[in-house]
Amino acid sequence: MAKYRCMVCGYIYDPQAGDPSNGIKPGTAFENLPDSWVCPECGVGKGQFEKI
Amino acid sequence: MKVANDIYWVGAVDWNARSFHGHTYSTKRGTTYNAYLIIDEKIVLVDTVLPAFSAELIEKIKKIVAPEKIDYIIANHVETDHSGAMPEIMKLCPKAKVFCTAKGKEGLFKHYYGNWDFQVVKAGDKINLGKKTLTFIEAPMIHWPDSMFTYCPEEQLLMPNDAFGQHYATSERFDDETDACSLMDEAAKYYGNILWPLSSVILKKIEEVMKMNIAIKTIAPSHGIIWRKDPMKIVNAYLGWAKNETKSKVVVVYETMWQSTEKMARKIAEGITDCGIEVKLFDIAQSDRTEVIKEMMDARGFVIGSSTHDNDMLTAIAGFLQFLKGLRPQKRVACVFGSYGWAGGAAASMEKVLKETGIEIVQDAWAVKYVPDMTELEKCYQYGVGFAKNIK
Repeated sequence: MAKYRCMVCGYIYDPQAGDPSNGIKPGTAFENLPDSWVCPECGVGKGQFEKI
Repeated sequence: MKVANDIYWVGAVDWNARSFHGHTYSTKRGTTYNAYLIIDEKIVLVDTVLPAFSAELIEKIKKIVAPEKIDYIIANHVETDHSGAMPEIMKLCPKAKVFCTAKGKEGLFKHYYGNWDFQVVKAGDKINLGKKTLTFIEAPMIHWPDSMFTYCPEEQLLMPNDAFGQHYATSERFDDETDACSLMDEAAKYYGNILWPLSSVILKKIEEVMKMNIAIKTIAPSHGIIWRKDPMKIVNAYLGWAKNETKSKVVVVYETMWQSTEKMARKIAEGITDCGIEVKLFDIAQSDRTEVIKEMMDARGFVIGSSTHDNDMLTAIAGFLQFLKGLRPQKRVACVFGSYGWAGGAAASMEKVLKETGIEIVQDAWAVKYVPDMTELEKCYQYGVGFAKNIK
């Protein structure tokens, strides 16, 4: 599963770690994040992320 | 000062501000911190001012209403120039509810450590003030994670905090009262130096707000002039800047030791100019870099020069290119030049940073040993002519 980087603030979404503080379990692929999920650091949407 | 029915400007004019957040932005025309007071069944203060102007804010509020009567404080943005008077205000109305985003609550607490009655709001949340209502529009990264806009539909008034603002101290408060050229000049400088890297977020947000189909008669930002004559003028300018729209214009920026690189810069500029293209030229060591950025925002081409020193570019141009990289300009072309004494190295370093910035290098670097002679100066002219072909 690929990592994705927030192009606005630089935060990296690591699917192995997920985003537990926002209810995203470890092992969740970026593609499977809900559309309502936003960058936990800066708040922008999924569309502002790029695959790394 | 009345902004709309029962809505007043209670901000402060900082005539003598000459540099902003540290020394990262030169405010040669000063600035203002705009706060707005709404008088309804509920008394609302939208944003505050820099801490040094707290007393002035309180004095202005007192002329309209006793500050103790404030029910709600809207904190659109955490940054100190807008939230800085909150500790003083909260002493006067400790029970006031503070409306902000979740990130706003986190940020305000980490600034002031106040035990305030935070009311976290989300996009689309509304509050009723009596006759008027306020709707909140979350605007993360325009320009901090906590940022939001507040909209009053009854007055068709948008209070977008730092968006659409300008560092511009004036005795006038509205766009129809002030010089339009200075106003747009400062609005462009603000966008270029603060908002440019966030262009994709801004573009999306403007499209989102337009789709909401809300009527906007007035845009009242947190710095500078309020847009009431033609609010779409600044919105359209933002759309152009956010899309990285450019014109036939080249900015030459260089740093020089013994004027050889400067001689080259002037000849290159002459070549570009003779092709009918607008040129601006700056010795970065003597220039205000925030003004240079303003000029680069609508320029299609950048020509960057430096003498070689210690096998690298000079430090002022290095710092400038680092700053430019962070601003993430798009759809630009560039080339590099400079004088050297023995091994060289500046040109390769400048090209490397420009490429990392995402700027296309359209012409090979042009370096001259020691002082350029007549033939080399003619080549500089032709170098400018060659670059100009990439601009039209």
